[in-house]
Amino acid sequence: MAENLLRIESLHKRFGGIVATDGVTLEVERGEVHALIGPNGAGKTTLIAQISGSLAPDAGRIVFNGADITSLPQHARVTAGLARSYQITSIFKRFSVEQNLALAVQARSGSSFGFWRPVASETALEDEARAIASQVGLAERVNAIAGSLAHAEQRSLEVGLALATNPKLLLLDEPMAGLGPDESQRMIALIHHLRESVSVLLVEHDMDAVFQLADRISVLVSGAIIATGTSGEIRANEEVRRAYLGDEITG
Amino acid sequence: MHRAFALVALLAAIAFPLVMQALDQVYYVTMASRILIYALAATSLNLVLGYGGMISFGHAAFVGAGAYTASVMIVEGLPSAWIGWPLAMAVSGLLALAIGAISLRTRGVYFIMITLAFAQMIYYLTISMKAYGGDEGLSLTQRSTLGFGLDLKDDLTFYYIVLAILVSAVYLISRLVNARFGRAIQAIRENETRMEAIGYPTFRFKLTTFAIAGALGGLAGALLANQNNYVSPGILHWPESGWLMIMVILGGVGHLYGGIVGAVGLLGLKQLLENYKIGWLAAMYPNYQQHSELAVGVFLLAVVLYAPQGIAGLFARRSKKHG
Amino acid sequence: MSDVLLKITGLQTAYGQSQVLFGIEMEIRTGEVVALLGRNGMGKTTTVRSIMGLTRASGGAIELRGKRIERASPDAIARSGVALVPEGRQIFPNLTVRENLEAFAGNRNGTSAPWTVEKVFRLFPRLAERASNMGNQLSGGEQQMLAIGRALVTNPHLMILDEATEGLAPLIREEIWACLAELRRAGQTILVIDKYVERLIKLADRHTIIERGRVAWQGTSAELDADHGLWHRYLGV
Repeated sequence: MAENLLRIESLHKRFGGIVATDGVTLEVERGEVHALIGPNGAGKTTLIAQISGSLAPDAGRIVFNGADITSLPQHARVTAGLARSYQITSIFKRFSVEQNLALAVQARSGSSFGFWRPVASETALEDEARAIASQVGLAERVNAIAGSLAHAEQRSLEVGLALATNPKLLLLDEPMAGLGPDESQRMIALIHHLRESVSVLLVEHDMDAVFQLADRISVLVSGAIIATGTSGEIRANEEVRRAYLGDEITG
Repeated sequence: MHRAFALVALLAAIAFPLVMQALDQVYYVTMASRILIYALAATSLNLVLGYGGMISFGHAAFVGAGAYTASVMIVEGLPSAWIGWPLAMAVSGLLALAIGAISLRTRGVYFIMITLAFAQMIYYLTISMKAYGGDEGLSLTQRSTLGFGLDLKDDLTFYYIVLAILVSAVYLISRLVNARFGRAIQAIRENETRMEAIGYPTFRFKLTTFAIAGALGGLAGALLANQNNYVSPGILHWPESGWLMIMVILGGVGHLYGGIVGAVGLLGLKQLLENYKIGWLAAMYPNYQQHSELAVGVFLLAVVLYAPQGIAGLFARRSKKHG
Repeated sequence: MSDVLLKITGLQTAYGQSQVLFGIEMEIRTGEVVALLGRNGMGKTTTVRSIMGLTRASGGAIELRGKRIERASPDAIARSGVALVPEGRQIFPNLTVRENLEAFAGNRNGTSAPWTVEKVFRLFPRLAERASNMGNQLSGGEQQMLAIGRALVTNPHLMILDEATEGLAPLIREEIWACLAELRRAGQTILVIDKYVERLIKLADRHTIIERGRVAWQGTSAELDADHGLWHRYLGV
């Protein structure tokens, strides 16, 4: 179906005696922001790992942009337009912001098996990196060393790195992690801005962000999707309230 | 800052044999050649260990493979360096490719152990090669030939050839580390997971680095065989890998001149301690020169405790302050 | 009025060359719950680290029950009865839940009705179910409960919680808030850092807002609840 950018079919994954992914079927449509919520330990991280390609499922299929990517290695999925960000910040701490982003740009701009010409002379890479830095609100910090950035800035760079691969679908794993209220609002605004050019599968606990951003929400409990729907539908869903939201839906 | 130092060092290196010749102390030129060859070997290891972040404990295998290839060529009647030395690089490079293809599937401590294991395998293989001396080693009746009126038997000529090769290698590495490939492998060293997640097939990059380092190590080996007019399995034994690692750590992991500084520092120090009686030290410990390795150990401890970035690292920090 | 348990005067702390705290002044009385608020990077965690001795104060004084502790080592401070539930939980992944708790069981405040491993299991039934699971097999919420339990089981005078609800599902967050309310009822003195102002107002007696390494505001829950301007100015809400 042309509409679905990502389709996950009956994905299964087990670790010894524990079933982490129990027949997950999920679709992300082109142009949508699809949120994935669920209790800790429900298997969200395992699912993201299987979609992004760092973990192989035991059974099931992953179809991206019409092609079966189930056995594609992670770096090939990135080339195909599927990129992820990490819940625990995973950047290049000793490189500058610009160098961080330039790496991602470099990966998709010709071969990196160049042994002679200095990277510093490739102004095209630098220009694109700076443009992405602006997009994620780091224009003032392009030359700062990534390890010296404040937590919120590092989270922005975290998203920026995934964005710099020029993806069709962004898998964002708890981008709000560790952000204060005003910082969260800025991140929400950023993601809102991104949705114009990229589809998003968003894993989050921050319900404020989820309800503001998501077109549809899927709820993962004990490795299985128990509900998919709009925010209104999910908020009203009894099972979801019992398993995850509770009765006080605070931000 | 570095450029200035390097240039001065290079000029000193060029002048050195001429000065020694004038002083009628040509023995030191031979000693210097040996140090430069180890500088090349350490520099090649630095590429994999320092820039690549891969702690290979089997680099001596590649040095040894190169040494044996060059020696076998001489013994079999093909002494031309133009054949023997590139062949030495090809053999070590391919060996590194093979060993790397398997070893690089592992990480951390397992990688260290598996590279050590492979190197020991090659070591025992050379001991069993009775045709080429076995554990007695292989004496070379001559050195490789270069043609063009250059006789490698002449210590000065040999020294300058080694120096030229070392300088070229360092130059090529300096280009590599600043190019796309170099940027990529350094980033892989910093965060391999993320590199994979932004689209780099990291295995390919690591393997290529491993192979290049192996080939360069092989070249150092070919030169070493020529230097000694002799090759034996001892060159592949694991302590040799250890000494190379120590040179890299001492000199500065991941610094361009780290291998050179480390080789000069370590071997220079050893030579100094063994051949020069330091009066007050001898008064305290009359036999200290027989235990020179203990002194080397103390020196290494000092470096590790006070200059963990190695000697080159110390200078890098200084120049940043004066920047 | 109850005694002062913890007193901080003129606390200054720096990380290398960069000064983070510029003279913090605050007090916690026995039996109180005090909340520490402020934007990220303003000095909340640094204040906590200074109390615990994890980051050495460069100036000022910290007194625990009248005794100066700002120069003491972290383990001495912990043994004096200050228990930290750190950001990121930091439970032992290779020990079971029971072992994580048993390793720390003690009675540092000399109470006659101490927290025991069994009492902690009654407080957190979920943990009881997982008593023989390894630390790294627990979900985030369960790890948080274990971290709290581990602090409780030392029977501290003062319990410090740093972002205890970070990264947890809404339902679990509720459980943690409920648990803290129960601890307060039991008379536990608590210093809590969190970003959910409304919940903190319900839980804590007093609040201290830190901005750029200084105390910007202090007051009761009622006072904080009445002035939403403060929320916007200092907390970004």
